[in-house]
Amino acid sequence: MIIDQLSIFLNNAVGRVTEVTTTLGNAGVNLKAFTLSESSDFGILRLITEDNAKAAEVLRENHFAVNLTKVVYLELGDTPGALSECIQRVSDAGISIEYMYAFSTGNAASVVVRTEDVESLNALLEV
Amino acid sequence: MDRAQLRELQSERLVKIVKYTYDNVEFYRKRMDEAGVKPSDIKSIDDISKLPFMQKKDLRDYYPFGTFAAPLKDIVRFHASSGTTGKPIVAGYTQNDLDNWAEGVARCLVAYGATKEDILQVSYGYGLFTGGLGAHDGGQKVGSTVIPMSSGNTAKQIMLMKDLGSTGLCCTPSYALFLAETIAEDPDTDIDRDLKLKFGAFGAEPWTENMRKELEAKLHIKAYDIYGLTEVSGPGVGGECEYQDGTHLWEDMFFPEIIDPVTLQPVEPGQQGELVFTTLLKEGMPVIRYRTRDLTHLIYDKCRCGRTMVRMGRILGRSDDMMIIRGVNVFPSTIESCILEIPEFNGQYFVTVDRVRNVDTFDIDVELRPEYYTDNMDKMLNLKARLTMRLVSVLGIKPVIHIVEPNTIARSQGKAKHVLDKRSLDK
Repeated sequence: MIIDQLSIFLNNAVGRVTEVTTTLGNAGVNLKAFTLSESSDFGILRLITEDNAKAAEVLRENHFAVNLTKVVYLELGDTPGALSECIQRVSDAGISIEYMYAFSTGNAASVVVRTEDVESLNALLEV
Repeated sequence: MDRAQLRELQSERLVKIVKYTYDNVEFYRKRMDEAGVKPSDIKSIDDISKLPFMQKKDLRDYYPFGTFAAPLKDIVRFHASSGTTGKPIVAGYTQNDLDNWAEGVARCLVAYGATKEDILQVSYGYGLFTGGLGAHDGGQKVGSTVIPMSSGNTAKQIMLMKDLGSTGLCCTPSYALFLAETIAEDPDTDIDRDLKLKFGAFGAEPWTENMRKELEAKLHIKAYDIYGLTEVSGPGVGGECEYQDGTHLWEDMFFPEIIDPVTLQPVEPGQQGELVFTTLLKEGMPVIRYRTRDLTHLIYDKCRCGRTMVRMGRILGRSDDMMIIRGVNVFPSTIESCILEIPEFNGQYFVTVDRVRNVDTFDIDVELRPEYYTDNMDKMLNLKARLTMRLVSVLGIKPVIHIVEPNTIARSQGKAKHVLDKRSLDK
């Protein structure tokens, strides 16, 4: 399914990520997934929370540069080859992936995928 | 007044001021004697090049009153420069000096279209800095209603701008930009519905044509340059006219020359160089051939507005603000104009220069406009690359660009501080 993800632009400075998590913690927003990508001098923190609207609001109040981005969220069986089979379908369809991240909770594996056209990707994978 | 008449007036005034300073100030007497020039050698404005130069250091060495030509009983006000390096420079004004100063500012304001009907919000700092009181006296001379706001307290600035219906804004261009940004973010203020601003008189720091465009677009005003310096008087040594095509200098009071900062010789008319002023009417603290360190050029052609007084081009920088990075001359104003050429950047910047293992490092922090902070790292890296390439082609050396979070670069409410040169701090 298509869900919202928060993307936060951060200076590469010690403690900056903690400030985000503290801000969200104080606002009572629960984090579901979290990944950080970085260039040499800035990072983009991408996260999914239980209440993205509220998270975006409190972060903006605290002067963070926040964007809401649409991503495709998948749940796969936590078995060998499950992810590979899924990505194969994406590449067969000629869709290029901007970035993705995955995490496993033991029984199921969750995957978040970002492409230019989230609608098509979602349609492809929802079948 | 045509230029021949003006020349005559300048000659007459120069002869007087040279004799006046020679008779009253030991500093001038000593310098002229050393240079072998007598007041009687100065017969017309053409003889000005026989006179010795003076610079900021002289004013500091003779701190506080050593270059005053009038007795303290005739001085009615002091101002002082910001003095970031040690003692400030103190300027003393007689009543005539204050009147002439107000006249200079008033000429600028009238050129911007100000009348008795206008309401001027003076958001330059009031106090020792000449900006606040200088603009204030000039505004009153025009007969406009002056709001002596001073700088800072941005929320109140905007409130009074709305409630009192300010039509003119006087402040530094960087503070004007900050005000504009704050207004844009304020959901309760709509520029066209709530504000009556028509023009801005921006000065006290060099700014660029791109910054003008930005201020005009954001505040829905005409943005004019007002030029001046404490050593010569204060704001209102010159100002732009409605054609915004150079800053007219009031050369009946402040005589400008351009010299080569290295050879100290006058340059050909129209050539770039360092601006030098002689105050033709000042009584309290006159200056003779004062080197401003501002780099610019003068335009002697008659302006479309009809004014015959010489125009000064944009200030390209200061001969002492100039950084030499890896052997290349770099002016902050050049960096600023490159940044403003790319619309995704908001124009805020901060340069850090250092030396690591004998090599100069050159880093520039920049901010994006809020809508360009995206989830797409490639887009932001591309912007960074574009700015780097632009700066390399203009400056000839490569800076390291850092895109930083919005509002991380400190905004100034007075003169903007854009450079930290750690090389000079280590000495």
